[in-house]
Amino acid sequence: MNDSFVTVGKPKRKVDGLAIVRGKPVYTPDYDMPDALVVKLLRSPHAHALIKNIETEHAKSINDVVDIFTFCDVERIAYTRAGQGYPEPSPYDTFLLDRKVRYVGDPVAIVAAKTEKAAKDALRNIKVEYEILDAILEMKEATKEGLPIIHDESECSGIYDKSRNIAAHYEMNVGDVEETLKTCDVVIERTYHIDTQLHAALEPHNALTYLDSVGRLTVITSTQVPFHCRRILSHILNKPIADIRVIKPRIGGGFGGKQSVIVEPYAALVTIKTGKPARITYTREEVSMATNIRHEMSFDVTVGATKDGKIKAISLHGVSNTGAYGEHSLTTFMVSGSKTLPLYNKVEAVHFGGDIVYTNLPPAGAYRGYGAPQGLFPLDCAIDELAYEIKLDPLELKEINSIREGETSPIFEIMGEGREGVPQTMKSCKLQECIDLGKNEIDWESKRGKKIRNGSKVRGVGCALAMQGSGIPKVDMGAATIKMNEDGSFNLLVGATDLGTGSDTILAQIAAEVLTVPLEKVIVYSSDTDITPFDVGAYASSTTYVSGNAVRLAAEKIKEKLFELASKYLGKGVSELSLQSGMIACKDGASVSLSELCTMHMYTFNQQQISESASFVGEESPPPFAASFAEVEVDTDTGKITLLNFVSYADCGVALNPIQAIGQLEGASMQGIGWALYEDIIYGKNGRMLTNDFFTYKVPSRMDFGKLTCRLVDSYEPTGPFGAKSIGEIGIDTPIPAIANAIFDATGIRLRHAPFKSERVLFEILNMEV
Amino acid sequence: MKITLNVNGKLHDIDIDPGEYLLDVLRRIGYKSVRRSCNSASCGTCTVLLNGKPILSCSTFAASVDGQSIETVEGMSDGEKLHPIQEAILEEGGAQCGYCIPGLIMTGEALLRENIDPSDEEIKLALNGNICRCTGYEPQNRAIKKAAQVMRGELDE
Repeated sequence: MNDSFVTVGKPKRKVDGLAIVRGKPVYTPDYDMPDALVVKLLRSPHAHALIKNIETEHAKSINDVVDIFTFCDVERIAYTRAGQGYPEPSPYDTFLLDRKVRYVGDPVAIVAAKTEKAAKDALRNIKVEYEILDAILEMKEATKEGLPIIHDESECSGIYDKSRNIAAHYEMNVGDVEETLKTCDVVIERTYHIDTQLHAALEPHNALTYLDSVGRLTVITSTQVPFHCRRILSHILNKPIADIRVIKPRIGGGFGGKQSVIVEPYAALVTIKTGKPARITYTREEVSMATNIRHEMSFDVTVGATKDGKIKAISLHGVSNTGAYGEHSLTTFMVSGSKTLPLYNKVEAVHFGGDIVYTNLPPAGAYRGYGAPQGLFPLDCAIDELAYEIKLDPLELKEINSIREGETSPIFEIMGEGREGVPQTMKSCKLQECIDLGKNEIDWESKRGKKIRNGSKVRGVGCALAMQGSGIPKVDMGAATIKMNEDGSFNLLVGATDLGTGSDTILAQIAAEVLTVPLEKVIVYSSDTDITPFDVGAYASSTTYVSGNAVRLAAEKIKEKLFELASKYLGKGVSELSLQSGMIACKDGASVSLSELCTMHMYTFNQQQISESASFVGEESPPPFAASFAEVEVDTDTGKITLLNFVSYADCGVALNPIQAIGQLEGASMQGIGWALYEDIIYGKNGRMLTNDFFTYKVPSRMDFGKLTCRLVDSYEPTGPFGAKSIGEIGIDTPIPAIANAIFDATGIRLRHAPFKSERVLFEILNMEV
Repeated sequence: MKITLNVNGKLHDIDIDPGEYLLDVLRRIGYKSVRRSCNSASCGTCTVLLNGKPILSCSTFAASVDGQSIETVEGMSDGEKLHPIQEAILEEGGAQCGYCIPGLIMTGEALLRENIDPSDEEIKLALNGNICRCTGYEPQNRAIKKAAQVMRGELDE
């Protein structure tokens, strides 16, 4: 299928690659602004407290300190940092600064100074008197009676039950799970718990703000959502959208961590209050403790099946920890069900539900996978457990019960993100191919259940199947504008936000394919609210599908326009014309190059700017699918887990740029591997995150795994641009269940709390020996 | 205080504070490829070469390298012509967000100057201190291997 394409489906180099490898100044911190004030935040040392008194006069008198703002100086406007479409499905429970602090790290005061040193001096010299409140540090405690209420302020809206610290609640049923379980031969009931995770993007959150020559606020920022950022700033700062411009240059990693609007308001406030440029850059510790983390979740899972392996009922009932603020609380939790349960679509009854609770811990938010990995861990592992119960190969059990092309699941229609979903039938689903190829690659048949031993070390293999989505259907909108230049090149303007994912490149490939020009003739400019059309931004695996379809539509409109103009110019009928390799040719041999056509229309003939715009909203959200396999070796003397090989095959439709698409799968897999084995967040007893740097929080490095094998299968999604679906998130869903299942295969130990630390394995081994 | 740095063969006389780190000084005089991430010598992002050896500029006092030779990625390409490591990273998909890439290229360059035919294990070991959160490492490791082949004359660019 790819052979018919010229530019898409080819491993083109990134359009921004040259700047990256040459180390060009293309990230927010690289923009020089000599007079920019240094903005720093004083943060709460307490998990839950009221500010009784705050004294800033002495700090303000320090040389080079320009100003200090506390909750007394800012208008009290409730908002959500979530960076979602409007109206947001997240509670408005946040204030720029508040009298109450709700986690260790919550901002207390904003310092603006001429130098870094003066700003730090000021932080040390602000005197705050706190009334310390009881704190809730365990999510399972949060709803108990008699506990402090974390959000008791009257201005908040959208909170499900303030009095019980429940930010959001969700419940859905298909059929009757209780009744269906009675008809099952075997029922597995377990509890699975999955801890939080840090995004650990290498570029810290940072922003630069200034007033332009006419006094408009300009915000250069490392964000995934420039348009949502502009809208939220407008709301908090009481400033018209027309007076704000948000620019996203290259960004040094996001993974969901830069979807919430976190740093921009503080710098913007300083610029507005002082009239001066301002720069805010979080330290690594601040990035870890005071941006967003992943939602910790716990699920009671029940799976019922017949003894020959027909899964009849699934129930996932859980609790999710949103921390001190509720951004993305409802939606991540819903995705735990909506992007896992349709996988096993042969069931008669399904239940999904639970509470998303506040605690006095760092606020959780969007993170690659967005709840799906938290839901897949209990679901996949419970099915794995069930397979052993009925003495079936777990891969076979997952295989015979999972969704295929032409099939659907009622969950698609019931569960969306923060609302109902849309019905959809799988137009592309090559899960079987993923299973078959992955099984072969890992050598499943000869390794599973063999417990191959070498001294104290024993090996095992595990598998997991996954799905995700491609944007939020009927919600996410992306737009593209294309304008033509007289040398036959095109400016492609997109609101879409390249986080390093390569979206600028694949969007240019789509335009180049339609317009039959080399990739070099498409000049991409993205993510500038003054110049590019709207796009929701980079999240929910939306860009390839949503923004990609918008680019394709815009390019097709240009193509139509070119035929119309060439028809007049050449005096031929539109139906006689064709476009190939940058030339419009007529059947009779007459032709005109795009360059000549544009030049004539600019300067001499039928003068006009050739340009078109198009928007796209997905009617559905075609899921990518994946089958992943882990091979581990466990040292039974020490509990040490070594990942020997991780294999992942994915169906992302047509990979518009195979090397970038595989890169997404590899990178997401590695992030999942880190979460499964190395990345562990520890809090002190006062609720302070102790693992807030790269010494104490272990991001996987090159020596931490054996082999990573990621591949794509042939597939074509008819509703996608040139057959494409998403690939950005799915890779992170499978490592935790696949590795857990492999550890079980090796040792007979079922780990139901991720991450899987060697200490836990050793503890279980010692328990078994007793 | 005043120090002199030779950066990519160009001499700079610079006024610095005694406690300033090399990372801040290099960025201030325009070498923006030198990037801050962890700021605690644990991610490799800010790696530059000091007299040909990789060091972490976020935790090296500028004053301690007075008069010495520093190399950054700005000095790696010869005009328009990219260094083989730069080429290989583009070819293999070794860069996603790109924030770690300058540090990675400098560490890789130091390795290949010492060992022009490194094994897979030697590459992983030499680059183990360079964290990348985007790629899953495989394409970067492949890129170093490929660049070495090109530099040995066994593979055309």
